[in-house]
Amino acid sequence: MATIDSKTLDHHGLSREEYQKILEILGREPSPTEIGIFSVMWSEHCSYKSSRIHLRTLPTTGARVVQGPGENAGAVDVGDGLVAVFKIESHNHPSFIEPYQGAATGVGGIIRDIFTMGARPIALLNSLRFGSLNDAKTRGILEGVVAGIGGYGNSIGIPTVGGEILFEDTYKGNPLVNVFCLGLAQAGKLVMGEASGAGNPVYYVGAKTGRDGIHGATMASAEFDEQSSEKRPAVQVGDPFMEKLLLEACLELMQTNALVGIQDMGAAGLTCSTSEMGSRGGVGIDIDVTRVPQRESGMTPYEIMLSESQERMLMVVHRGREAEVERIFKKWDLHAVSIGVVTDDGQLRVREGDSVVAEIPNGKLADEAPFYNRPTEIPGYLEQVRHLDLEALPVLPAAESALLKLLGSLAVTSKHWVYRQYDHMVRTNTIAPAGMGAGVVRLKGTDRALAISVDGNGRHCYLDPHLGAMLAVAEAARNVACAGALPIGATNCLNFGNPERPEIMWQFARAVEGIGEACRALELPITGGNVSFYNETDGQAIYPTPVLGVVGVIENASSVLNRVFPSSQSAILLLGGGSGVLGGSEYLKTVCGQVAGSLAPLSLDSERRLQQLLVELAAAGLIQSAHDCSDGGLAVALAECCFDSGGAGADLMMPDDASGGRTDVAEASILFGEAPSRVLVSIAESDFGIVRKKVEIAGVPIAAQGQTGGDRITISLAGRKVLDLSVADAEAAWRQGMERFFVNRAA
Amino acid sequence: MKFAIVVFPGSNCDHDAYYATKHVLGADAEFVWHKELGLQGADVVILPGGFSYGDYLRTGSIARFSPVMASVLAFAEAGGPVLGICNGFQILLETGLLPGGMLYNRSVKFQCEQVYVRVEELETPFTCTATPGQVLRIPIAHGEGNYFAPPDELDLLEANRQVVFRYCDVEGAVVDAANPNGSARGIAGLCNKQRNVVALMPHPERACESAMGSADGLVVFESAIAQLKSDGMVLPG
Repeated sequence: MATIDSKTLDHHGLSREEYQKILEILGREPSPTEIGIFSVMWSEHCSYKSSRIHLRTLPTTGARVVQGPGENAGAVDVGDGLVAVFKIESHNHPSFIEPYQGAATGVGGIIRDIFTMGARPIALLNSLRFGSLNDAKTRGILEGVVAGIGGYGNSIGIPTVGGEILFEDTYKGNPLVNVFCLGLAQAGKLVMGEASGAGNPVYYVGAKTGRDGIHGATMASAEFDEQSSEKRPAVQVGDPFMEKLLLEACLELMQTNALVGIQDMGAAGLTCSTSEMGSRGGVGIDIDVTRVPQRESGMTPYEIMLSESQERMLMVVHRGREAEVERIFKKWDLHAVSIGVVTDDGQLRVREGDSVVAEIPNGKLADEAPFYNRPTEIPGYLEQVRHLDLEALPVLPAAESALLKLLGSLAVTSKHWVYRQYDHMVRTNTIAPAGMGAGVVRLKGTDRALAISVDGNGRHCYLDPHLGAMLAVAEAARNVACAGALPIGATNCLNFGNPERPEIMWQFARAVEGIGEACRALELPITGGNVSFYNETDGQAIYPTPVLGVVGVIENASSVLNRVFPSSQSAILLLGGGSGVLGGSEYLKTVCGQVAGSLAPLSLDSERRLQQLLVELAAAGLIQSAHDCSDGGLAVALAECCFDSGGAGADLMMPDDASGGRTDVAEASILFGEAPSRVLVSIAESDFGIVRKKVEIAGVPIAAQGQTGGDRITISLAGRKVLDLSVADAEAAWRQGMERFFVNRAA
Repeated sequence: MKFAIVVFPGSNCDHDAYYATKHVLGADAEFVWHKELGLQGADVVILPGGFSYGDYLRTGSIARFSPVMASVLAFAEAGGPVLGICNGFQILLETGLLPGGMLYNRSVKFQCEQVYVRVEELETPFTCTATPGQVLRIPIAHGEGNYFAPPDELDLLEANRQVVFRYCDVEGAVVDAANPNGSARGIAGLCNKQRNVVALMPHPERACESAMGSADGLVVFESAIAQLKSDGMVLPG
């Protein structure tokens, strides 16, 4: 056996202490294959060693929770004997190295996590972050990522029904690609990733194994530097056609009861799936790598165990049912090969023909991974960045010109250029038109529909990680409620810098606290998720970016809502009482060029009452549209309600005038300042009285009233018009904000 | 009467076509796996959308060799109604049952959006209950829908009245701005000379319920049902 030297340890991302632990567990020096196995299983990406201590504070239980964190995905009961299985995951580092395949395999990976549980995937969403589009490399990354997401999702036939994209300089060297998938399963028929029953055969199914993606897990557990392009071989290559076959074959197999357990081979491939399935079942797994279908010659056991070749699953089958299993996979022209067996000695044993090349106590590998309570320290930048002197701002532009600038800004502009490349309609379940709010899919055979939103704001979390994270939870849940759906479950993707730096760890800890607090108040269990650390280049970390995916249920699909004012004879109400603040706002960044200040506070109690009211009003068919105020504040939200409506405008009247300090600043705060828990709803004139009454009973304040009609967007304060812009001009600005970066392409 | 929906490895919109015919229209519908050697007594054959064989080599190029295609070709030769949707259109082009080929959309990007098409010909099993020049709002979802044929072949198609659907604006005008992918002469769908094989790039099965955004696609399937109900009338060649 080769001696393990410090260079080898560094290459594998293992510390001296971690190596000591390996020696204790094995009672001897590890073999090369064993070092590889430990290195990937104990990487940050696979073991969550820096985050587990914080994640365990999150609320994960609830009446509807069928499966919490710990399995391949989480699941909640949605009624009618159906269970929604969902999760969000990141594929950040690979998407910088190889945008198309990085994003494509991210989609492939999350889809497998869903169907491995026995759920047919029915919806995809994504949350993306890039640097400025003025940078050519960033444009290339965006194009590659969008093409990759579309290329994989469209080909496998799962609609991409929603998502978000934000652009901040902080993400230039570290784009974020978070992909969410939701599937449907029958209650009581979920399939777990657990091995059991000594003597049961272990099957490998799907694509052949090659050398792609080796050390993908360790790459995701380290930062980038100038040598990063050398990491290209570590990016996996996806084949959505193969995965479509795999998906259909697995779902067909799951109709029988020949399967004991199944898990997809994602990060750390064979290693992770064998050890996790074994440790969940408290059993050992014994495999022979020479039986693994390989597409390259001369692969070593190390390479076979660490390969991250895509579209492969590991299954444990009831002994005696092998023929049935093989017949189903043969129908779909897929490899289904027995590569080993379940044992009762608790060892992960890897053979190469006659010789044993690795033998590790399974339980200790998965469950006794290093566990760190890393030090935290308040970052030095915080105090300074919170300081914002509004009175010292240069003279602010006229409201109309500021609104046009915001509407054309990358934060706010229509993302049609992007989502046009995604098939959002395949499977004929999508009942929300693209780009109009939460993604909504109906559940055929029932009256119900599910609404989904993914939301996060790194800039908010940079200024205040605790509050910023709470706001992200509130925003995602609110977007779901605006579709008329009751939020019932959440998943999180936590994108941060290097956890070995106390300031980053502080951001992480505060953010997780905020998520927990908001989820508890809104009764939203976290059913699973993902952590992506080391999103930094040359010591510069991204904004701390927790992303939340929230799922909601609409009891009657016909009551689904979107953001568009439906007619020119509706009343408008602005529900929710907070006043907008410029601190941390899109206005402050886009118009004044500053990222600073304190965010508006969030009352979780008010937020909860508002969301419950929206669901109630939607279910009763009393509101025609709903849209929350977020980036760009009230004026942007009002304008967005007028888009895609055929040119109908709106007038909103706020009772009080701007007061205190400079008039231009005070007005800008009202028009463009941001605050949570505010929603614009439109109501048929005939329902106005009853809606007002219900709003009062719910204890939700009404901040403003108005009506749709005409062809202009106006806002008045105490009768004084402070914003007056034509819908046509506003919509034109909004439509071209992204398009203009790609005008040189063919139509 | 029975719709047979052929399922190739990689077909995705088979379920949508099945749902539209069986659940929305209440007709009898069945899946036919690509390895089958017969069509199980089908009256209408649908080749659905999707990414058969991952679009490897060329879209539809491998599916056209699937075992079931022998039966589909025989069925078509005997005058049976065949509807090709999106990837189905591409497969029919590969079989030679329809002339021409598909290029990448001129945007060189996949496009999923609602478009308008005008019904140009009523003498097919899939448009016989439409009205002349009827404008349908139906979605497209494809990366390779840019129909191409050499000019003399296009002239022949026009002369034989084989252009069944054309991209148009909401008023029915066939203008370039309303052409989503650059297809020659705005062609969205064709039929063969015999007029029993019809194919189009847009997805009528996605436009059969107003909850989906449009129910204009119903006419395509209703026509087939009406056609077959009227005593097995065979269309003039």
